[in-house]
Amino acid sequence: MRDVVITGIGLVSSAGEGLEAHLAALAGGTAPNTDPVTFEPFPVHPVGPLEWDRQIPKKSDQRQMEAWQKLGCYAAGLALDAAGAKEDATLKGRMQLIVSAGGGERDYAVDGQILTGLAKADNPGVFLNERLMGDLRPTLFLAQLSNLLAGNISIVHGVTGASRTFMGEESSGVDAIRIARERIASGQDEIFLVGGAYNAERADVLLIYEMGGFLWKKPYRPVWERPAEGGGMILGSGACFLVLESREHAASRGATPLAAVAAVASDRSRRKAGSVEGALHALSRQLNAKPDVVISGATGIKGITEEEQAGLKDIAPGAAVHATGDLVGHTMEAQAATGVALAAGLIADGKAGEALVTSIGHWRGEGAIRLTKA
Amino acid sequence: MAFRDKQGRPLVAVTGMGVVTSLGQGKDDTWAALTAGKSGIHRINRFPTEGLRTTIAGTIDSVDVEPFCAPMLSERLAMLAAEEAVGQSGLAQEDFPGALFIAVPPVEMEWPQREALAKASGQDGDITYKDLLKAAASGEFKPWHDLFIFGTVADRVADRFGTRGSPISLSTACSSGATAIQLGVEAIRRGETQAALCIGTDGSVNPESLIRFSLLSALSTQNETPEGASKPFSKNRDGFVMGEGGAALVLEDAESAKARGATILGYVLGCGEKGDGFHRTRSSPDGMPAITAIRQALEDAGVLPEAIDYINAHGTSTPENDKMEAMSCTAVFGERMARLPISSNKSMIGHTLTAAGAVEAVMSLMTIGTGRIPPTINYQVPDPAIPLDVVPNVARDATVNYVLSNSFGFGGQNTCLVFGAEPKGA
Repeated sequence: MRDVVITGIGLVSSAGEGLEAHLAALAGGTAPNTDPVTFEPFPVHPVGPLEWDRQIPKKSDQRQMEAWQKLGCYAAGLALDAAGAKEDATLKGRMQLIVSAGGGERDYAVDGQILTGLAKADNPGVFLNERLMGDLRPTLFLAQLSNLLAGNISIVHGVTGASRTFMGEESSGVDAIRIARERIASGQDEIFLVGGAYNAERADVLLIYEMGGFLWKKPYRPVWERPAEGGGMILGSGACFLVLESREHAASRGATPLAAVAAVASDRSRRKAGSVEGALHALSRQLNAKPDVVISGATGIKGITEEEQAGLKDIAPGAAVHATGDLVGHTMEAQAATGVALAAGLIADGKAGEALVTSIGHWRGEGAIRLTKA
Repeated sequence: MAFRDKQGRPLVAVTGMGVVTSLGQGKDDTWAALTAGKSGIHRINRFPTEGLRTTIAGTIDSVDVEPFCAPMLSERLAMLAAEEAVGQSGLAQEDFPGALFIAVPPVEMEWPQREALAKASGQDGDITYKDLLKAAASGEFKPWHDLFIFGTVADRVADRFGTRGSPISLSTACSSGATAIQLGVEAIRRGETQAALCIGTDGSVNPESLIRFSLLSALSTQNETPEGASKPFSKNRDGFVMGEGGAALVLEDAESAKARGATILGYVLGCGEKGDGFHRTRSSPDGMPAITAIRQALEDAGVLPEAIDYINAHGTSTPENDKMEAMSCTAVFGERMARLPISSNKSMIGHTLTAAGAVEAVMSLMTIGTGRIPPTINYQVPDPAIPLDVVPNVARDATVNYVLSNSFGFGGQNTCLVFGAEPKGA
């Protein structure tokens, strides 16, 4: 099996743009940027202003995308720049792409008008048809399709080896990295762009998680402190992409590895009390993890957050534990990649020798990633 | 080394298959209708169609789920197909010894649910998402969180069949079913698992998804004769017809399949894929990405173009796809393409979108197994720009050892698979 290394990171979130900004925010330890007003009573961590033109030069491309796709495209461009791959069309032409994604957002005004009208319509079915035929923007569909973030990355950045889009909330983020890593390690492929994007500033996603009772509705508190007050997650807007490649491939093109992705493990089970803690122990054993830093994807949701905390005390006694939720919020499909990016940054800066990134899904799915020095 | 391919990788055998389409439940019913040239396309009666440009589809109306919505129907279709496939394989029905790769349609909450939330909000003026959020806070709608997040169908299928590890839910648009199979093949070749359950499912014919495709002018509007609307490769083709379906394949390391005495139905010999950065919905005018995907699949299979006996086409019946597919196949197979049978199951089943690649994989293996090539029906007006043997209108008996199955999708997705009766040269 071959070593798999990270040679490029692209990261945007409420903490800013780029790995350095995020590492500085992590070291600073101040509370993350939070917008408590726009979606009151739901706080969200909004992404900072970005100059889209820097990574998505054509306005026509920008117009074709909704926020989640633009964030992803932007971060993908940053990762390609950081890996020294942006200008190498041949390399990008054989670079593989795995994106973890949900779906695009809705036209809220149209939805509201239709719902208002439906309540009074004589023939609701016919009314719905007429309004959707008349009011939906044809191109909105392409901004909603899950695989069109990958499609846009292919168009904007020319990454055209082949793309696959994984879905399934937090788990899809871990599994995208896992499959990319295994394909490189086994010699099936040489180089990948892998990651995800999330727009939290959306009433439709807040609606899904509010139906499930998962959202934090008070002023920001660190994730570990939320369970005692009822628990809940704060969604964050952001995106993270990683360039992964075999050590040999990186060396052959003179790219400097930041860290190695030593192993990735993930699983699912029917959750019950204690199962998250048990799963973390099992994943840690599978990874043979001995971390001196942990980057946790903890959500702040009651039950699973305390279980993770208890598990980490046994697995990584003495390790510094940072929660990505306290830096950028919960970025769902992008959470695992974001954790890996931060861990790689700490290792590259010599601030950690081995890192464990955890991803305990808000509802299902447990995963962990072990990073070591490159 | 008998169970290794030319590159020394484990051979991947198919030991179980299941399918449900608008033509029937189970692969035998579907196959009988498909080889009889029967269409499953009909008028939509699931919802009112007044005001729509397209009023036909290959919906599956025999399967009832509650609440009726795309994720519930997609889950049920996946379960039915997987029950048949795992049953045929002889592997444990509730303790499947391998991973799950499942192509699922992107889901979101649908109009009946939005309406219920709007009603529950008590708002009788203009309704906004604020009102829906207010209703959501009641906790009354908790099950809809699970129903409408993206990982749920896979999680339920994983739970039902006891598959191992974290299930992969995926989308590569209209090539998703083929990608699910490719992921399974790769995992077995890596030695990560000795078995994989690969599924494609799609039960998403509802007003909004139909209208979305309609607004992109992708659908046939020839509603008068529903069974005649899907006309792949014909000059008068005018778009695809949406269909629903589910298909499952049990893939196994051939060595372990033989060792347990399983019947091998065929092999997945090769997979090829290539991205296209030309446009969101259109393919590169030179066809290079599709051509590359086909060539990669053949190369991965260790099969020369001359060995392919039949092509199971993507064949959507859109003006663009069929022209590009014919051009790409001709580029790879040369002059022989004029005589190489190529047919489209979509002429009868419609385009089952996320499921299509898996449905057509099962049909490709049935073609190998029975020596009968299903036709392209509704082929009345040949397109002079596509001078191919599309197996017009009537099934044909032939010895078929190697099949190429094409799948192409929005977002620059091109995935091709090669199936064989036996491994080449093994």
